[in-house]
Amino acid sequence: MFSILVDHIEKHFTRVKALNDISFTVDKGELFGFIGPDGAGKTTLFRILTTLLIPDHGKALVNGLDVVKDFRKIRQDIGYMPGKFSLYSDLTVEENLNFYATVFGTTVAENYDLIRDIYSQIEPFKKRMAGKLSGGMKQKLALSCALIHKPSVLILDEPTTGVDAVSRLEFWEMLKRLKNSGISIVVATPYMDEASLCDRVALIQNGKIMAISPPSEVIKTYPRQLFSIKSDDIFSLLNDLRQIPQMHTVFAFGQSAHISFKQEPLTENFLYEYLCKKGHSNIKISHIQATIEDCFMDLMIKPQ
Amino acid sequence: MKRFLGFVVKEFYHIFRDYRTLLILFGMPAVQLLLFGYVITNEIKDARIAILDQSKDEVTRKISEKVLSSGYFLLDKNLNSSKEIEQVFRNGNVKLVLIFGADFSKNLDKTGKAKVQIIGDASDPNTANMLVNYIQGILSNYLISLNAEKAPMQITPEVRMMYNGQMKGVYMFVPGLMAMLLMLISALMTSLSITREKELGTMELLLVSPLKPIQIIIGKVFPYVFLAFLDACIIIILGNTVFGVPVVGSVALLLLESLLFICMALSLGILISTTTSSQQIAMMLSLVALMLPTILLSGFIFPVENMPLILQWLCYFMPPKYFITIIKSIMLQGNGFRYIVFETGILVGFTLLFILLSVKKFKVRLS
Repeated sequence: MFSILVDHIEKHFTRVKALNDISFTVDKGELFGFIGPDGAGKTTLFRILTTLLIPDHGKALVNGLDVVKDFRKIRQDIGYMPGKFSLYSDLTVEENLNFYATVFGTTVAENYDLIRDIYSQIEPFKKRMAGKLSGGMKQKLALSCALIHKPSVLILDEPTTGVDAVSRLEFWEMLKRLKNSGISIVVATPYMDEASLCDRVALIQNGKIMAISPPSEVIKTYPRQLFSIKSDDIFSLLNDLRQIPQMHTVFAFGQSAHISFKQEPLTENFLYEYLCKKGHSNIKISHIQATIEDCFMDLMIKPQ
Repeated sequence: MKRFLGFVVKEFYHIFRDYRTLLILFGMPAVQLLLFGYVITNEIKDARIAILDQSKDEVTRKISEKVLSSGYFLLDKNLNSSKEIEQVFRNGNVKLVLIFGADFSKNLDKTGKAKVQIIGDASDPNTANMLVNYIQGILSNYLISLNAEKAPMQITPEVRMMYNGQMKGVYMFVPGLMAMLLMLISALMTSLSITREKELGTMELLLVSPLKPIQIIIGKVFPYVFLAFLDACIIIILGNTVFGVPVVGSVALLLLESLLFICMALSLGILISTTTSSQQIAMMLSLVALMLPTILLSGFIFPVENMPLILQWLCYFMPPKYFITIIKSIMLQGNGFRYIVFETGILVGFTLLFILLSVKKFKVRLS
């Protein structure tokens, strides 16, 4: 049985179509990632899975239970971490945790094993108001609260947004450990580097899933040759490259530009000369392997 | 049950950690009561008047003496000519001018008629009206005492004001304030506390939890029942000790009725919060939609009977109107329960209606 089964779901808001024909499944104990820009529909989808919204069309099952009909039963089974920090900032760390434990009819002591790894890191601050925690600690507390009733499915909406790099890494370590203990996890993230840590990822944009596959395969499906170009002036480099008619994509990746071509790639020599003529210095051109982000960018422009 | 208790404990944390809420909860009743009790008063004390006595005889002097010794009036100035009248009113100190015509005493003796003119400053119509009435009363008293020596026939009205012998304004304000404050605190506080959860996003997590709507609603209301009840006690005690407003009837009955009214106001607050999603709107709704009708349309300050018919009808839909009737009946008249069965029934009806509507309107999902 799938932990989550979503079958042709659609959701409209007054003016926009937030979700368009979404289907996917999540296996038990799988770490499933959703990657997409803001406004892609991730939060809407997660709210449907957590029974907070009703889909216009289609069916969604969590642990085999229908999100519309059996919403009360589902609410016992899932742990949810909304995108926005949603704990009580005027309650201490400990009080927040205790509150969610009681509300779900359990105690902190009963399920302490499950959250020990995470909670032990913020335990020294347990008397501190939740509103006064740092971003990373807030997320750890929110995860602890979402886990305290031993859910079988964990739904995390951008849990690492606004969290420093070290804390992000720690956070994903914890998710892996939770996954290994048999909990199915669905997680949304805008960070491409986190995608490669998932078992499978779904690329979502404008309410549509464009691809679902393990991160390693997403990379293999990249259909073109990809080059990375560096020069001293990244801004005019991007502009000059975009002038070349044979270009398919030109994207900024940190301090370098990733480019691909519509048909046969131009030679590195040709590019080098072209850029020299435009007055660039320290030009470095290399043939590279596509990353998930490249694949995503490629998929994003496909419809046009 | 444990879940529910956990929720209530959390609510108490919220309340006791927010000193502004606490200030509103316990500061406002005391301050309002003192303000209303001392500042807004309908009683006349030491109103300044001017007298223009054109005859200056024994009778006018006697009347002036009676007026000034009544305790209601203070002589600001003796005027010498009618030209000064306009001026003293413009200066603003004088609320009323008393003018005795020339040859007052002579005319009274000869023809039995003498003229006295009372000019009031009606830029404040209520006060002017009251001052004029007082003077008229003093004049007719004087007349009666004159006639007593001559004519054998007379009618002497003996007036007794029941339940508020000294016609104290506080007697009116304490019940009214109680209705207003309990309404405000209960409705405002609950509507704010629910919309705050919506605004902060914590409602999203509460909804995803196995808590039932009724548990969330009652959990929210419960602490405020407690606190608003404390407020009711504060008002009654302050009214009694500071202003001497008695509780003639049963204190227990009064408290029970207050509890009923609190529940009514709380359920109204919840109804407001289920229909709004921001604290601002909830606050505006509670303040504008509840405060004004409570003050104006409940008989608190203005008697319902004197309103235009349409407004009178509107008054029948204002729960505070019934509560004010109830408190007055218990506190001042000392009536028992059977005199207020009707009003109590209506309050119960309102409470049930509001709770029913809120549970129906409470969304178990977002939007």
